[in-house]
Amino acid sequence: MTSLLASALAIPYRLHPSSLALDGGQLVALVGPNGGGKTSLLRALAGVEDASGEVRIDGERIAGLGEARRRALLAFLPASRDIGWPIAAQDVIALGLARRDKPRIRQMIELFELDAMAERPVSRLSTGERTRVLLARAMAANPRLLLLDEPFANLEPYWVLRLATILRNLADCGTLVLVALHDLGQLDRFDRALLLADGAVQMDEAPADLVASERFESIFRIAAADGGWTVRPADRQSSP
Amino acid sequence: MRLLIAFLLIVLAALHLLWPLTPLALDPELGRTLLFELRLPRTLIVLGYGAALGISGAALQALFANPLASPDISGASSGAALGAVLGGYWLGFSQPLALALCGAAGAAMAMVMLLLLAGRRAESTTLLLAGLAISLAAGAATSLALALAPSPFAFYDAFDWLMGSVVDRSLDQALAALVPASIACALLLRRAHALDLVALGEDVAASLGHQPRRLAREIVGLSAAAIGAFVAVAGAIGFVGLVAPVLARRLTRGHPGRAMTPAAVIGAILLTLADLAVRAIPLDRPLPIGVVTALFGTPMFLYLIDTMRRGVAS
Repeated sequence: MTSLLASALAIPYRLHPSSLALDGGQLVALVGPNGGGKTSLLRALAGVEDASGEVRIDGERIAGLGEARRRALLAFLPASRDIGWPIAAQDVIALGLARRDKPRIRQMIELFELDAMAERPVSRLSTGERTRVLLARAMAANPRLLLLDEPFANLEPYWVLRLATILRNLADCGTLVLVALHDLGQLDRFDRALLLADGAVQMDEAPADLVASERFESIFRIAAADGGWTVRPADRQSSP
Repeated sequence: MRLLIAFLLIVLAALHLLWPLTPLALDPELGRTLLFELRLPRTLIVLGYGAALGISGAALQALFANPLASPDISGASSGAALGAVLGGYWLGFSQPLALALCGAAGAAMAMVMLLLLAGRRAESTTLLLAGLAISLAAGAATSLALALAPSPFAFYDAFDWLMGSVVDRSLDQALAALVPASIACALLLRRAHALDLVALGEDVAASLGHQPRRLAREIVGLSAAAIGAFVAVAGAIGFVGLVAPVLARRLTRGHPGRAMTPAAVIGAILLTLADLAVRAIPLDRPLPIGVVTALFGTPMFLYLIDTMRRGVAS
């Protein structure tokens, strides 16, 4: 069933009116050049921006909903991992829940292997460690829609792989997971990929089809080359 | 620990009200008058002002995500003093409640200027510089307004306005500050949870339905009302609003929003202690209470700067 429905979602100068209809239980990647609108789209879907248009999750309009209902419907991991206050990691996870639910917090600590740092202030963790704490916070209430801005950034290889598995398991349980992504190597883990450029969704395809298309290459100004990517000769600037 | 500080507050409040006991015990009639018309207003002001400083300090620190934000450093206290002085000496208000409103307006003006100059997520340096500029300008304007005031004695009050004084206030004055400030503080406390979520970033709070811009306006307006009302009856008192939240966050495991409640209790304790010190030091003219808070607050402030320099927010 359709889980996320966005109609005519727009932010002046950053996001052209965009409409989306995505089913639950999918891993959806948002890719695109810098400034293409990935973060703007995520923020508009999360209700962070004063965007025009409408967002519905499982049929419910997000605008005007209170905290309790929003917790059940969506969670957002912003690109910034900064937390200035020395709040313990497990307390940050607790802020993801309406009530302090100890077994659930325990579960999230185990899922993200945070035992050793559960009592440590997040402001003193490394960025990668803090990312795991914030992911645990976002997932704690088990929302229908997860909006993650660059969740793989700053993670060590082990955690890149683990997070991919965790997200896949969530999708298998019916959650819709939207991930803004720069590392195109991750794309094949996703069910669907949206290509954003110039503040609009340009393409919406299965990842393999997206990557193989001429349009993808021209927007990204790169070309596939023996298992990796290379800058297209036409787009190569002369060296200084 | 929480019980302990609550108990300490009660003991200090009782001590502040009843000590020294001798004049109260001399004559029952005189003792009653003394207790209700002199002691009680002073105790109420000290407790209420301390609590208001603690709560609004904690709220501002949470909002600006910066342990240096506070009513004094943001310029709110000086702005409130300027507002009250203009209202009292120039516009001729004498009703305590009208003065309290002038104080709140002055504080609000100062904080709106701070927001315009520094923004909500300002670096410490920007915040301090903007706050310093507003404080200095408002302090100078207050002195100027008093010097040029129609009343020839006004200038001698400058000391009380800029360093604070709780001596010889009436019960009406105490209530004029206490009532609006209590309402503002109660409304601030209701925002504790939203401010805790802001600690995770404004975007996270916004995704959960707490609009950061509206929250900022509310926090600034309510803090201004709480501080302004008390500055209008007791002048600008520094450091308590800076130090109390820092201590309070040790009791809330770093959570800046829910630290407002313990900050209120700690602020009340600190200001009561400061006023007990004022009474204990025998001078011809009572020492302004702000001098005492500054003497004790400065080391704490230096400690705070040192921890911040080592990159640890507290």
